[in-house]
Amino acid sequence: MKISKDVKIDLYTRMVRQRIFEDETTVNFASGEMPGFLHLSQGEDAVPAGVCANLSNEDAIYTTHRGHGCIIAKGAEIKPMMAELFGRIDGCCKGRAGSMHFADVKTGCMGSNGIVGEGMRIALGTAFAQKYNKTNNITVVFFGEGATGTGAFHESFNMAATLKLPLVFVCNINLYAQMTPKSVHIAVEDVAVRAAGYGAPGVTIDGNDVEKVYEEFAKAAKHARAGKGPYLLECKTYRHHGHFEGDPCNYRPEGELEEWMKKDPIVLYEKKLKKEAVLTDKEMQAIKDTARKEVIDAVAFARASAMPEVEELYKDILA
Amino acid sequence: MAEMKKINVQWAINHAIAEEMRRDPSVFIIGEDVGGPGGPFGVTRGIKAEFGPERAVDTPISEGAIVGLCCGAAAAGLRPVAEIMFMNFITLAVEEFYNQGSKMRWMFGGQVKQPFVVRAMTAGGFGAGPHHSSSLEGWFASMPGMKVVMPSNAYTAKGLMKSAIRDDNPVLYVEPLSSYTIKQDIPVDEYLVPIGKAEVVTQGSDVTIVSVGRMRLEAEKAVAKLKADGINAELLDLLTVNPLPMEDIYASVKKTNRLVIIHEAKEVMGIGAEIAASVQEKLFDWLDAPVARCAAPFTHIAFQPLLEKHYLPNADKLVAKVKGLMG
Repeated sequence: MKISKDVKIDLYTRMVRQRIFEDETTVNFASGEMPGFLHLSQGEDAVPAGVCANLSNEDAIYTTHRGHGCIIAKGAEIKPMMAELFGRIDGCCKGRAGSMHFADVKTGCMGSNGIVGEGMRIALGTAFAQKYNKTNNITVVFFGEGATGTGAFHESFNMAATLKLPLVFVCNINLYAQMTPKSVHIAVEDVAVRAAGYGAPGVTIDGNDVEKVYEEFAKAAKHARAGKGPYLLECKTYRHHGHFEGDPCNYRPEGELEEWMKKDPIVLYEKKLKKEAVLTDKEMQAIKDTARKEVIDAVAFARASAMPEVEELYKDILA
Repeated sequence: MAEMKKINVQWAINHAIAEEMRRDPSVFIIGEDVGGPGGPFGVTRGIKAEFGPERAVDTPISEGAIVGLCCGAAAAGLRPVAEIMFMNFITLAVEEFYNQGSKMRWMFGGQVKQPFVVRAMTAGGFGAGPHHSSSLEGWFASMPGMKVVMPSNAYTAKGLMKSAIRDDNPVLYVEPLSSYTIKQDIPVDEYLVPIGKAEVVTQGSDVTIVSVGRMRLEAEKAVAKLKADGINAELLDLLTVNPLPMEDIYASVKKTNRLVIIHEAKEVMGIGAEIAASVQEKLFDWLDAPVARCAAPFTHIAFQPLLEKHYLPNADKLVAKVKGLMG
């Protein structure tokens, strides 16, 4: 598969926007300005970027408590997103959802989830509706390897397979289920082998290679759009930050983070783009500066937005 | 005079679903056995034949995934009607009701609606035992963002199902297995029974009896027995337990000054406890006696027929409760 220059720049830009957004939330959370819990995905940036570059607004995604990257990659506006994280009324969920329960329906972001694995069960319904309405759209559900221990994983994959739903399961292997290493809670090396148990394809790839993610997800999407049912794409990557912001990460072996920092998907891709003469250092810096300005503007927008009135607690309970 | 037809509860539910499926192409049924055999007791028989497998979807035994699918499909604009069979099995899908379906609209700032219906049966009185006989409606009655209806006969079963399918919120529809085959004359022409409104079954002046679900049948027997003893009971069939039709209860209690609630679920933390608390808070000066409850004891429902009979509320127990309030 030949990847065009435009797509390469797009993949890079998506990763940079995700990373700069999340780096900024680290600062605002540490200062106490951003309430609630914060689970960040720096280091896993190539997976949402490579996946979402294959999707339109009519395709749907479900993500996890660690979902900012996916939502930005899918195309949600950054200003209402930041306002949501600040708990303000101009947040896309009116400040009620925060980081863990975020949705932006118009761009197909159908929900983050505070319950590990649960996005998979709900994603069945979106995929069902896409098939029921005879569209060519698909649904993608992102989850970590920790979620493969839930009943939701088995139930959802089995049901997606029996009903032949256009649903792609994208598993980010970030090596930890919260704080428990993968070797403790998964008995096989590759989660992708489990797909065979549902009669579906399962593919394991380097999740830090954004072009690889883009190419392999394109195959998965084609499979799902062709009405062939679910597909499991396992992306091996790493979580730079802890399970939550403030996690001391004392469960990590010494040197592990440093090794993975060398494989940072953005650093790797910058080298590649430069080598291929797709972008110069200056052009890459310009993309970063644009993203930085966008994020700073979003913080200003969030700060200027009002806190919700207490009446908000009682609105939208019933339709 | 409207044309009437004698029909049992099962067929009333069946006709309601089929009518709504004819009316609205976004309505479909989903669950274990719902298509081919039409459910374990045949409630959805004939639907697959009329509407095809796309709208009568048989699934694996995956209760959580069934209700999860309903949440996602409803957010996408469809109107799923799912079957969970025995209410005990809904424990496997409480996550999807509690954390997802009931919260989704509020949590997402009103971006989505959740128009789906989940059918579940209560099966007390059949010796079905601890895993097939429970009444868990109280759990769902405590969840904001959803509705819970409990029809008691063919008329209310049909009218409430049609209202539930047209409602834009998650609705748990609780079916009484013991009433499935009980027939009643109901109108042939379309009608709806509104959600959130109790039905005054019998007017009375001495005591208000509030019945929940199939306990209406026991309450009707009790009302007849009490009448023979000179006590005029007013019977309210609650029909909806979330939101509770408290205004209807208050209006009746102001008239009778006494209240007994009968339900098949346990007394502890039951619907009756919530009603009693609200009534004493609002109408303390109107009450001539403490609010009483006729409900299941704080133990497990038995398969053993004698023990099950002891566990379940009935007309005689209700009569005794009422007489205890008359001074």
